[in-house]
Amino acid sequence: MTETQTQTQAQAQAQTSRIAARFAACRAQGRAALVGYLTAYDPDRDASLAHILAACEAGLDVLELGVPFSDPTADGAEIQAAMVRALAAGATFDGALDLARAVRERFPDLPIVLFGYANPLLRAAGRLAEDGAGGGEAQLCRALAEVVDGLLVVDLPPEEAAILREPARAAGLDWIALSAPTSPPARRDRLVAGASGFIYAVSLTGVTGAALDASSEGVRAQIEDLRGRSELPVAVGFGVREPEQVAVLAQLADGVVVGSALVRAAKTGSEALAAKVQALRGACSRS
Amino acid sequence: MASASTSPPSPEGVAPSAGDFGRFGGRFVAETLMPAVEELAREWPVAWADPSFRGDYERILSEYVGRPSALTPAPRLAKAVGGGDIWLKREDLNHTGAHKINNCVGQVLLARRLGKQRIIAETGAGQHGVATATVCAYFGMPCVVYMGAEDVARQALNVFRMRLLGAEVKSVTAGSATLKDAINEALRDWVAHVEDTHYVIGSVMGPDPYPMMVRELQRVIGDEARAQMLERTGKLPDAVVACVGGGSNAMGIFAGFLGDPGVQLIGVEAAGEGLDGLHAATMSRGAEGVYHGMRSLVLQDDDGQLQEAHSISAGLDYPGIGPEHAHLRETGRARYVAIDDAQALDGLSLLSRTEGIIPALETAHAIAALPQLVRELGPEATILLNLSGRGDKDMHTVMGRLDADSVAEVEEARARSQKPAGKGGHDD
Repeated sequence: MTETQTQTQAQAQAQTSRIAARFAACRAQGRAALVGYLTAYDPDRDASLAHILAACEAGLDVLELGVPFSDPTADGAEIQAAMVRALAAGATFDGALDLARAVRERFPDLPIVLFGYANPLLRAAGRLAEDGAGGGEAQLCRALAEVVDGLLVVDLPPEEAAILREPARAAGLDWIALSAPTSPPARRDRLVAGASGFIYAVSLTGVTGAALDASSEGVRAQIEDLRGRSELPVAVGFGVREPEQVAVLAQLADGVVVGSALVRAAKTGSEALAAKVQALRGACSRS
Repeated sequence: MASASTSPPSPEGVAPSAGDFGRFGGRFVAETLMPAVEELAREWPVAWADPSFRGDYERILSEYVGRPSALTPAPRLAKAVGGGDIWLKREDLNHTGAHKINNCVGQVLLARRLGKQRIIAETGAGQHGVATATVCAYFGMPCVVYMGAEDVARQALNVFRMRLLGAEVKSVTAGSATLKDAINEALRDWVAHVEDTHYVIGSVMGPDPYPMMVRELQRVIGDEARAQMLERTGKLPDAVVACVGGGSNAMGIFAGFLGDPGVQLIGVEAAGEGLDGLHAATMSRGAEGVYHGMRSLVLQDDDGQLQEAHSISAGLDYPGIGPEHAHLRETGRARYVAIDDAQALDGLSLLSRTEGIIPALETAHAIAALPQLVRELGPEATILLNLSGRGDKDMHTVMGRLDADSVAEVEEARARSQKPAGKGGHDD
């Protein structure tokens, strides 16, 4: 990367990092950020938008918007089922982006992270490359940067991430890296090296929605380890369902991610979802 | 841990992507699995180069699997397909009836070497599941096999065989409830139990090092066949033919001939109900994508969602293909043709009545490609075909498909083929 490109990237980041701003604001308020995941188009476009807006209204600090994928191997049964519903309702990549655009209109300062699997993103880039003159990934990331603030791609570990991470960062998008309990120290250094926005610490060895002991020594040790390696905020997720867990994790991390539990609550409706978000948000304070 | 002399780090200190076949391959898995994948990539070459590991593998293949497998000339088949000097590599004669067990023996040995306590596997038709359950019984290791609910219903006999062998069969109802969903579920199990569990992937697919490791564990097919062909015919074959789903039997036999540029390599994929209908023809109709841990060709829609594959043969009923095949096609070293369900059924009947060998429906695709290949290569061509499995498992499916009309056709064909064989028969 040339010096000019690096400067452009740095400027773009400085201009658009809603994520950094939100984590800083939460820290100043003495609480952890509540990061909430919902699958786009679950159960259909309109209901999904209503759910997302209700959750944001109820106090989400960061929205992780899930792009539906036919084969979500890192997700548990709850989110997998949400993706099946979404695809049955006609979800597309462009449709998910359109939802993000609608959320952005209502909540201009709310950071939005697009969360998903590599193939729909690479395919979208491929479509752009066919339409235009190559460089589909760069075109895609520039378009995404108009609508969202960051990307989190579950099946792009550091070794494979460059294909999207470089164009994403050049376009001013944050690249959220996942750290796992199984990641040895050398891998942690690698993954924080390419990350921006925040580090997502996966709390447990398993898929989303599994049972988590929030007080486990492993969770605490991983967060502390990451703090020693990076100045980025650390958000912890996977298996976080209840305010009691959030209350424990909020003492350790800069953010707490809740996914499957929100997807489950949304099945009862936007009001139930909003009540769930309020309860979780209430537990984010640091004592 | 002191890392040995690995590849040079990229500017960011990230090791370059491993296991690449051209631009195909790679390790596209969740971070939780990366340490396990890295461990395999580190330990597999060491094990494979270790004479004691290799000795155990070869001993078990000999005294338990029954290797080397036979090489059988097929003159009556040749006559029926228009000529050629056709030879069959008899993987159907292996214990459990297919090539799958070669890979299972190697991977379970590796799992034991790495101290893993538990084995998981996916299966479509049940052949890889049965082979894995068999090897786990041999070693006394717990085994869980994931199988799509559709396949559990279609392959009741193989489900029973796996349970008889002591394996736990978990039926997967998610998605299309077939092989790709069984792989998804096995990956989820692996993510949750990665510290004590080894995932025995059944084909040359998945994240590096699996495609390379499974090819090496199957190359015994090609190495044996090459030596057998030289011994029996005094030369190398003009072409090597094998069916491809994920592609392990084909990669296994191709591996023996990759260094012989004069030998054509031909893979036969499943055209299902036809290339414009439901099929599993990844090479003909797939697009580049990232799926099940690898970059390869994938049947997908314009939005990057995986499409459901279809083939009468459950073993070819998979929307992806091993990355090395995608690479071999791109470089032109191998080529790929597609055979539909009806042609495959004809191929099964043809080999049964001409040579007294009932092939698996997967293998029947390769048989059915022969008439066209003989036309292209000429009647003097020597063709080696990998007879990857036996057809006992498919009898129920075949019975269901052979209606009165096709039974009559088979009878007619039989009448024709029972005329005096003449030149080219086994009694020559």
